[in-house]
Amino acid sequence: MTKLNVACWTGACWTGACWTGACWTGACVKRSCLKGNHLGGASLSTTCLTLLGAVLATGLIAEPAAAGVVEIAAGEGAQERLQEALIMAQPGDEIVLGAGRFALSDGLSLDVDSVTLRGAGMDASILDFTSQQGAGEGLLVTSDFVTLRDFALENPKGDGVKSKGADAIIYHRVRVTWTNGPAATNGAYGIYPVESTGVLIDGAKVSGASDAGIYVGQSRAITVRNSIAEANVAGIEIENSRDALVEGNVATRNTGGILVFDLPNLPVMGGGNVILRNNLVVANDEPNFAPPGNIVANVRRGTGILIMANDSVLVEGNILKDNPTAHVMVVAYTQEYQDTRYNPYARNVVVRENTFGRGGDDPQIDGAQQLLAAFGGALPPVMWDGLAEGETGLTADAGVAGWSLNLKAVGQGLAAAQPGPMAVAAPTFQFDDATVGAPQQMEARLSR
Amino acid sequence: MIKPVFLALALSAAVGAMATASQPLEGVSDAAITDGGLVTKLSDFGFFADGVAQLPADGVIPYRLNTPLFSDGAEKLRFVYLPPGAQAVADGEGLLALPVGAALIKTFAFTQNGRRQLVETRVLLHRADGWTALPYQWNDDQTEARLVIAGARVPITTPAGETISYRVPNKNQCKECHGLNGAVIPIGPKARNLSADWLAQQVASGRLDRMPQVAAFLPVWETGAEQPAAAAARAYLDVNCAHCHQPGATASNSGLDLRWQQHDAHAIGIGKRPVAAGRGSGGHEFDIVPGRSDASILVHRMKSLEGGVAMPELGKSTLDHDGIAVVERWIDGI
Repeated sequence: MTKLNVACWTGACWTGACWTGACWTGACVKRSCLKGNHLGGASLSTTCLTLLGAVLATGLIAEPAAAGVVEIAAGEGAQERLQEALIMAQPGDEIVLGAGRFALSDGLSLDVDSVTLRGAGMDASILDFTSQQGAGEGLLVTSDFVTLRDFALENPKGDGVKSKGADAIIYHRVRVTWTNGPAATNGAYGIYPVESTGVLIDGAKVSGASDAGIYVGQSRAITVRNSIAEANVAGIEIENSRDALVEGNVATRNTGGILVFDLPNLPVMGGGNVILRNNLVVANDEPNFAPPGNIVANVRRGTGILIMANDSVLVEGNILKDNPTAHVMVVAYTQEYQDTRYNPYARNVVVRENTFGRGGDDPQIDGAQQLLAAFGGALPPVMWDGLAEGETGLTADAGVAGWSLNLKAVGQGLAAAQPGPMAVAAPTFQFDDATVGAPQQMEARLSR
Repeated sequence: MIKPVFLALALSAAVGAMATASQPLEGVSDAAITDGGLVTKLSDFGFFADGVAQLPADGVIPYRLNTPLFSDGAEKLRFVYLPPGAQAVADGEGLLALPVGAALIKTFAFTQNGRRQLVETRVLLHRADGWTALPYQWNDDQTEARLVIAGARVPITTPAGETISYRVPNKNQCKECHGLNGAVIPIGPKARNLSADWLAQQVASGRLDRMPQVAAFLPVWETGAEQPAAAAARAYLDVNCAHCHQPGATASNSGLDLRWQQHDAHAIGIGKRPVAAGRGSGGHEFDIVPGRSDASILVHRMKSLEGGVAMPELGKSTLDHDGIAVVERWIDGI
């Protein structure tokens, strides 16, 4: 990797050799920037960031010439054969999994840029981690411009696929399943990109995660679409992340369907600019099976969409039905924290037109019976804690019904609630579609 | 299409297999270190005058760490190689800066049926483009160790008498621990974790430019019971956890920073809620609860062998009871 970097910045790139190679996969730009070796010293200088941004934005992501294809069949020695292929791969290579069940004893990992790992289909090529003995996840990706597609992972001991610091990563038609159904002994996250810029998750399917099925953390430029999250504690979770588009997904039978929030004391803070659009969020009624201590262990069974401690979140065009606690819940962070960078409020949350079916009719809330009686048998679709930072609180289209806890201060519990109908202004805050989602240039990789 | 590199590997493995025993070499091969690519046999480096006896060749210097990384109770033999005339540069209490051409060599051994069995030797090679980490597995005859790019599992009986499936890491897993800000770097030879005597010897012999300034050396592990609880525990966490749990490393997203020099209570886990612990939390709310090791996630995960719960994630098939006791003693006294 470093060899490549040096070549890039000492001019080899411009002589032509690298045009056929991996220079423009972005590896050289990002890694050399982070090290600060080649751009005049200071790491993460403005120049570096601009360069990285340019690579991502303009999509100068050439396909390396003479890419190799390595085929890996299921069967004896799959662990070593597949892992060796992942290590020996060159940028641009494609590793193709045959149909069948790959019995794996240890976690796999990929640390080469611009590699595609492709199976014969999410129900055909199955990486089976039922007998996994080591590592914290089934597959760990730590390189950029990686495409994972058309295969499944079953029963990883920890997380399913974790990609960390892996920019411009695609998860396409990847399935992660804990086959015994919801259980606290299942791994935490199914699909788990973190600390990455450029995340495209399309057509994925995750079930059984004891934390979040699809979890995007501390990242930016994110698309999660056309995916199914079923029977997890949290279906889809966008945490401490910015510029996310969550569209056309199905979240069902989770404890909570789609969660967007910020936590304090993380290396990456300041999540927001998120659009949740045209999702089917139905029957999220699984009793919470997360181990206590995790933030999602506090999610109430029957939550459709939860927005907590985040800035600028748009909820529109979704169909929400049979979420027995609340279709949409907008709240501040409730726990104590010591982090001066942290803003516990939900800010600039906009609920536009959505289709609300039956819901709020069996809320997991203290005093549920009195509340149901007061609201005529079912709570209105939007639940708000009533907490706003100045004028930046919740706004909603006319006709969106809701109720408010009318809390007065962050950190107050439900005991301090004075429930009443929600009264919020019409939205004026504007969202810009062009600012959310994975970089458009990543789309081209889907059709290969 | 089968890639040429695979063919090359397969061929060299076949040729190697025909050799009856490792050939005695005339010292260390600097070429193998600096531009040997994926060197397939450990003996090709010439680090050892006698491999099975672990007798180092000229220029290969043994060292130990004050507080070592626990590896299922393996005996570990550590060596540093400097090319002729080269010199390491002291950098305060941190890592010695080793020049290009240097190598770090660590052999893992267990006593099996009364005799020492070498299981694996890991090498870190300082090449012009950075450090390369490679794992080598010893054969049953103990005549050679071969590159195992994809790692391996080996049945082992530990000193504690447990039968385990010992994990030889794959090349990527080397980087999971040795990676910092995208580069592979050494972990062990920090001045604060080396003995003053050894450092002085290196200075005297000209292999180290000067005596590093170290405010406080990490305690010698065997003397842990006599050490202040905090020093012993923080040294243990620094050596066993902080290569991942620090900014820029594998577990940076957890926000937990277990480095020796980190003094912020929250950053080292006191009163800190987990981020992505999942079921690793064990139902506990905080990484470290002062006075309550039994309610601390950090201890819970040290005490587990279950994938997804156990910490460290790599290189651990048994519990480190001594390490757990040291950390418990510290937390219970906070």
